[in-house]
Amino acid sequence: MDAIVRFCRKLSMLFTRERFHSDLEEEMAFHREQQAQALQAEGRTPEEAKYAATRQFGNAGRLKEESLDTVGFRFETAVQDSRYALRQLGKNPGFACTAIVILGLGIGASTAIFSAVNPILFEPLPYPGASRIMMISYISDDGSRIAQTFHTYCELAERNRSFETLAVADPWQPTLTRPDRPERLDGQKVSADYFRVLGVSPLLGRDFQPADDVLNGPKVVILSNGLWRRFGADNALIGQQVKLNDDSYTVIGVMPATFDNVLVSSANAWAPLQFDKGNAASTQAREWGHHLKMVGRLRTGVSITQARSDLDRIARTPLPDLPRPPWASLEHGVATNSLQSELTSGVKPALLAVLGAVLLVLLIACVNVTNLLLARGAQRRGEFAMRAALGAVRPRLIRQLLTESLLLAVLGGALGMMVAQFGVRVLVALSPSELPRLNAMRVDGTVFAFAVGITVLVGLLVGLIPALSASSRDLHIAVQQSSQRTAGGHQFMRRTLVVAEVALALVLMVSAGLLFRSLQRLFAIDPGFDASHVLTMQVQEAGHRFDADSKRALFFSQALDAVRQVPGVANAAFTSQLPLSGDFESYGIQFEVDKSGDGDNGFRYAVSPSYFETMHIPLRRGRLLNEHDMPGAAQAILISESFAKRKFPNQDPLGQRVRIGPDIGHADRPWGAVVGVVGDVRQASLALSDSDAFYTSSTQWSWVDNVQSLVVRTQGVAAALAPSIRQAIWSVDKDQPIVRVATMDNLLATSEAERRFVLILFEAFGLAALALAATGIYGVLSGSVTERTREIGVRVALGATPSDILALVVRQGMTLTSFGVVIGLSGAVAASQALVTLLFGVSRLDPVTYLGVIALLAGVSVIACWVPASRAAQVDPASTLRAE
Amino acid sequence: MPGTLDMLILRTLARAPLHGYGIALSIKRLSEDVLTVEEGSLYPALQRLLLQGWVKAEWKKTETNRRARYYSLTAAGRKQLGLELSQFEQMMAAIGRVLQDA
Repeated sequence: MDAIVRFCRKLSMLFTRERFHSDLEEEMAFHREQQAQALQAEGRTPEEAKYAATRQFGNAGRLKEESLDTVGFRFETAVQDSRYALRQLGKNPGFACTAIVILGLGIGASTAIFSAVNPILFEPLPYPGASRIMMISYISDDGSRIAQTFHTYCELAERNRSFETLAVADPWQPTLTRPDRPERLDGQKVSADYFRVLGVSPLLGRDFQPADDVLNGPKVVILSNGLWRRFGADNALIGQQVKLNDDSYTVIGVMPATFDNVLVSSANAWAPLQFDKGNAASTQAREWGHHLKMVGRLRTGVSITQARSDLDRIARTPLPDLPRPPWASLEHGVATNSLQSELTSGVKPALLAVLGAVLLVLLIACVNVTNLLLARGAQRRGEFAMRAALGAVRPRLIRQLLTESLLLAVLGGALGMMVAQFGVRVLVALSPSELPRLNAMRVDGTVFAFAVGITVLVGLLVGLIPALSASSRDLHIAVQQSSQRTAGGHQFMRRTLVVAEVALALVLMVSAGLLFRSLQRLFAIDPGFDASHVLTMQVQEAGHRFDADSKRALFFSQALDAVRQVPGVANAAFTSQLPLSGDFESYGIQFEVDKSGDGDNGFRYAVSPSYFETMHIPLRRGRLLNEHDMPGAAQAILISESFAKRKFPNQDPLGQRVRIGPDIGHADRPWGAVVGVVGDVRQASLALSDSDAFYTSSTQWSWVDNVQSLVVRTQGVAAALAPSIRQAIWSVDKDQPIVRVATMDNLLATSEAERRFVLILFEAFGLAALALAATGIYGVLSGSVTERTREIGVRVALGATPSDILALVVRQGMTLTSFGVVIGLSGAVAASQALVTLLFGVSRLDPVTYLGVIALLAGVSVIACWVPASRAAQVDPASTLRAE
Repeated sequence: MPGTLDMLILRTLARAPLHGYGIALSIKRLSEDVLTVEEGSLYPALQRLLLQGWVKAEWKKTETNRRARYYSLTAAGRKQLGLELSQFEQMMAAIGRVLQDA
């Protein structure tokens, strides 16, 4: 109650502030006058009396301020301070702009990076109860996590006690037939509960029901909001037919626009899986293949640990009526982890490294601006001393200075928000496509709050040291001296800060250097083929006219003939999977000599015979494939060099009898034979050398793949031929979609997209850090030269040559750099630990990188020292001494 | 002692309304120059009392026909003074007892 009354009184006083001031002024004056009269009556002279009365009264300025503080609102002083701060910044626009730009870039870069990192590392997935959504992977014999089989899913779904629902999803890339041009969609075939596991329902229409997901069930599809909009965003689309893969699908639902399908974020269409629950006995069926992603929603109150032990129990106790084949025996159990961590664990180290790097840049920016403020504080010592003499108490001065630094930070933050908006766009463009949750990368409320938070923090951080130093007790000395002569302790603080800047810059630059060298090493690796002048594209055939293998094979061979006719094409071939393109397909392979167990796994390439000549994959032994390797002839198989070495160290691999893929374990199928050994090829990534691989003619594999990659060796610029090659394929059949058109060089580069992404950011941050450190050194040295002008003048007068003076200043600067380098080195050694997973072929203590960075830093420092040093060398002793 | 100045002002004003200079003189005289505070610090204290509603202020003419701001005690101020005096007396009594026991 009292508080309210007081507040009202304060408020009413606020509107009579003028009066308050004049009243106070008048009564204080009255007081002093009365006192002076009294003293005069005691026999003092008028001057004496007046002086004594003023002394007795105390510091009127401070007392007025105290009075105002009592009745005023806090914001009033804040407004007053801000106004004053603005005026101060206006007085020195060069300083203000420099500081604002540095802070703006620092805050902007941090905010942009945070917006990229936040949805991946910190925010939960955009689903209700997201922490309860798990991903369940099969653990293979070698311990790696692989996809699930359908029958494993059925067994787990039936027997588990810890999940509300389980669902599986299979990648699906249907061709959408449209009047003008065929289009390949990204989509998923899902079990009926898929969207219920994610906790999202369609915006329009209905979700899948168990009745949809049965063998030969109805052809129904749910569309993404984006695809629905492309169809005209018409509610009447529900119930209508769309043509997918030559079949009519009924649209039964449309997902909301906010739905982010994190498993396949490019998915636009979903259809029921419609696998056969009843064929568990036939182990050759697709229902026993490892190609399904399995997700589940935990029951409320069930922990991950409980779910894990529940699933382990099922894995350990097979039921007699649910038999399992050897490759889906659940011998090593399943891996159950939250979907969030499954999606993000791969990119986490890279993102944390980038976040760390940008925060380092921000820190350097802060140190830099702190230094600028200190320098400015030194120039303004006279002003502070005057204010203190006029009655400003220390906390008041500190508040004033913090207001100034906060104002700088707020202006910098505003600039930073603009930088961030732009930066996010650049980041999205730069991001490797495998980065999860790309479409959640934007400046939203959380990001804005982050920006505001760091702005305030930066404002306080940057202002604290200058405020404390400027308001320190020795102000009365400053008032007596010309501000020029005081080379006070602030120089020590400024030097310390520059040393810190150099150290931080070194940490960043060493990190950038290590990443740079890793990428250099990676791209120096021979991928096993000649990537130059190779154009690639993925060709898909869809539609019932291609149901028969022979029809499919015919289309691909006709297309290949047509492509070969295109002028500029030197050679061409189709392959079932393309190296370094993201394709990743391995199948079993079993040699006859290998009596034990399950055989091996290797990358499977079903190719046109001309594939090796086109890609320039070298033949090591035996022969390549040729047109005689056809259906009906004995199956001819090539294996990779290191596979041959590992498998047949003391034997001739040629002529070894072998069964591949679905033929394994089927005695009725004839044996194939190894006819040749070819060079190793990097398939998954340049960094991975697991190169067990086997090749067979595409017509001799168990089926003809309906998605194949065309590789074309060209005589001229590869990319230039893309349109005519596409036309050549469409001249055979105009309804077949062609996607992923890229030169092999391009694929090679993007295969290391994540490392490149991190490297580009680190390079940018490293350069920014270098520039900031250089300006820091420059700033401190020029300040010091200005302060030491007299000393330098005296030195010159006593016989120092200009080169002596030059050396003096440069030495001073290089001493700072050396300290920074020494401290930075230990920091860099520690920081490189965080980068280890991103490095390749380079030790984190790589001496070349460290020495190179030190040399670069030293070179730039010398330049930064040179300018103030040469100014010092030109000091005219006569004029400086006269100025004394 | 913090708050002492406030109590002294209230005590002084309990007899008669006074202007700032008068309050200063009166406190000096009453305390026989023991309390030699910075005279000006009276004014922030007066603002504080005004805000609390314990005193009120109005401009009046002095005997020498000059304009001065006179402060007087309000009812709330009188109550506050009584409160503070009794607290002060309690404390003095306590101190006295401690000193006697020693």
